[in-house]
Amino acid sequence: MRFGDKLGFCARSLLSQRTRTLLIVLAMAIATAGVTMLTWLGDSARRYVTGQFSALGTNLVIVLPGRSETTGGAPPLLGETSRDLTLDDAEALLRSPAVRRVSPVVVGNALASVDGLSRETTVLGANADLLAVRHLELAMGRFLPSGAEAAAPVCVLGATVRDQLFPDRVPLGEFLRLGDRRYRVIGVLATGGTSLGTDLDEVVLLPAVAAQALFDSPGVFRILIEAVDRDAVPRVVSDVEQTIAARHEGERDVTVITQDALSSTFDGILGALTMAVGGIAAISLIVAGILIMNVMVVAVTQRRAEVGLLKALGADAATIRAVFLGEALLLSALGCGAGLLCGQGASHLVHRFVPVLEPGVPAWSMGAAAVVAVGCGLLFGTAPARRAARLDPVEALSRR
Amino acid sequence: MIELHQVSRRFEVGGQVVHALREVDLVVARGDYVSLMGPSGSGKSTLLNVLGLLDRPSSGRYLFDGEDVTALDDDQQALVRRVRIGFVFQSFQLVPRLTTEQNVALPLVLAEVPLAERRERTAAQLQAFGLADRGHHLPDQLSGGQRQRAAIARATITRPDLLLADEPTGNLDKHTGDDVVQALEKLHDDGLTLIVVTHDQALGARAVRRLRMDDGRLEEGAA
Ligand SMILES: Nc1ncnc2c1ncn2[C@@H]1O[C@H](COP(=O)(O)OP(=O)(O)O)[C@@H](O)[C@H]1O
Ligand SMILES: [Mg+2]
Repeated sequence: MRFGDKLGFCARSLLSQRTRTLLIVLAMAIATAGVTMLTWLGDSARRYVTGQFSALGTNLVIVLPGRSETTGGAPPLLGETSRDLTLDDAEALLRSPAVRRVSPVVVGNALASVDGLSRETTVLGANADLLAVRHLELAMGRFLPSGAEAAAPVCVLGATVRDQLFPDRVPLGEFLRLGDRRYRVIGVLATGGTSLGTDLDEVVLLPAVAAQALFDSPGVFRILIEAVDRDAVPRVVSDVEQTIAARHEGERDVTVITQDALSSTFDGILGALTMAVGGIAAISLIVAGILIMNVMVVAVTQRRAEVGLLKALGADAATIRAVFLGEALLLSALGCGAGLLCGQGASHLVHRFVPVLEPGVPAWSMGAAAVVAVGCGLLFGTAPARRAARLDPVEALSRR
Repeated sequence: MIELHQVSRRFEVGGQVVHALREVDLVVARGDYVSLMGPSGSGKSTLLNVLGLLDRPSSGRYLFDGEDVTALDDDQQALVRRVRIGFVFQSFQLVPRLTTEQNVALPLVLAEVPLAERRERTAAQLQAFGLADRGHHLPDQLSGGQRQRAAIARATITRPDLLLADEPTGNLDKHTGDDVVQALEKLHDDGLTLIVVTHDQALGARAVRRLRMDDGRLEEGAA
């Protein structure tokens, strides 16, 4: 029997039992769509998170006060503070030839007010280099000053803060009140900037010295360092540890985080999670495969006379096997195809509502789902097909 | 063309041995028209199944065109059935989801005959058996006589040497039965070797050569 004839024979058999075929295809499609959707969700989340980290810049090194005691594993996001980092520490780090820029960051909250309008806002203290280190853009005006003016009472507004406190007017040159101090507005950030998860639209930026004065605290929350290039990052890490140790009486009481380490850790965690979720969903594919086996076993029993006839007409065992196995494979392939289409469609639909999840099921996920689905058809179709091929023609033809 | 030497077929049912065929010797020449009669359970179908290579004898030798076919494996026997033997059954055995045309073409599909030739031969065969306007009908849309004619058309589309018919008129009334017999006899006239199992005395008597079976034994029957 030729391939095309086998296909036609199987297809006609499926068409003659429309309801049964539809239900099995549906089961297979749901299972396939489930696997691809879940792996797509996991993979999109992974891509989103690692994307956020690479948005930090591959040259970025972050210094946190406090030494993490853990060895290996994920870099700690919460370290115990043993000794504050200071602006002088940050200054000292610039001496390393591997370091291009350094920006200490001070964080606090304050009530910002202008005329009658006011709001609680996050205040970030930083220096002029933050603009370059975090690839920020200005909507208007200038960024924080450097050099001699580095402690001037000036501020740069996030886009939302500007809209709320200076509706319908250009804020440049106006004064913003934070707590009991006044700062002249010298610039406004473009919308959409983020820094380490902080939405910069919602902040007011001050020179670090001014922020420390405002919060009456000498501490530095983070020091952001830009290495001269990616290859210089390990050098930066060891230089930072040595410099800080020298300045902190031999204590290396800081934690140094690189974008690479963070990003690959999250990549690993989310990748493993995706595989686990996909694997669990794949169980439904196996269940669909067992359904296929069930209908094929019933089909062989119902079509005993047909098997006997085919044998009488001279079909060999391989042909009988191919005809029944082909039907199982066709069922699983149709279901799988429909499921892949649904999965793709659903990813585009979800993307409309959750734009950060990039649409498009990854090819490896579709490939794996197809292999498992058709593999299930093959695995669970083989036994019924062999059973059909082994039927005794005389018994199969008799109505006993 | 057919030589059976001491062919026996035994079945074991619940520890008891049933002798369906007892040391049957038979020679059938090419172009013979043989009828096989006898009481129910005498082994007629079993003999036909052995002759058609659907069943294997428990002992004895079967030579088909001088070749010992009992020595062939299942797939080799399938090949002999595919090209040289046709079957017609009492219950027609048309595949219910296939049209008349598709049922008739089935042996050509199994023999991998190219599509164009397949179409041509199927159309000619439907024409010859008076089914030209029934090609697209499903079996349950045909009368009993039409179904059996379709089954004969299918059995002979590969131009086999031997046609085995097991009570081909058993499910038909007298009139349609005669139609079917005429179709079979026309094939015999064209040179086909024909062996027909029947309960119908009149039909049995029409054969050139008449055989009787009784309790697994074969005897040459008088008219
Ligand atoms: N598959 C089988 N298993 C057991 N006994 C069988 C089988 N096939 C046929 N027989 C027995 O062999 C004998 C002959 O059967 P069969 O050839 O069908 O007779 P007929 O066609 O002449 O009516 C019967 O006694 C029947 O019961
Ligand atoms: Mg019988």
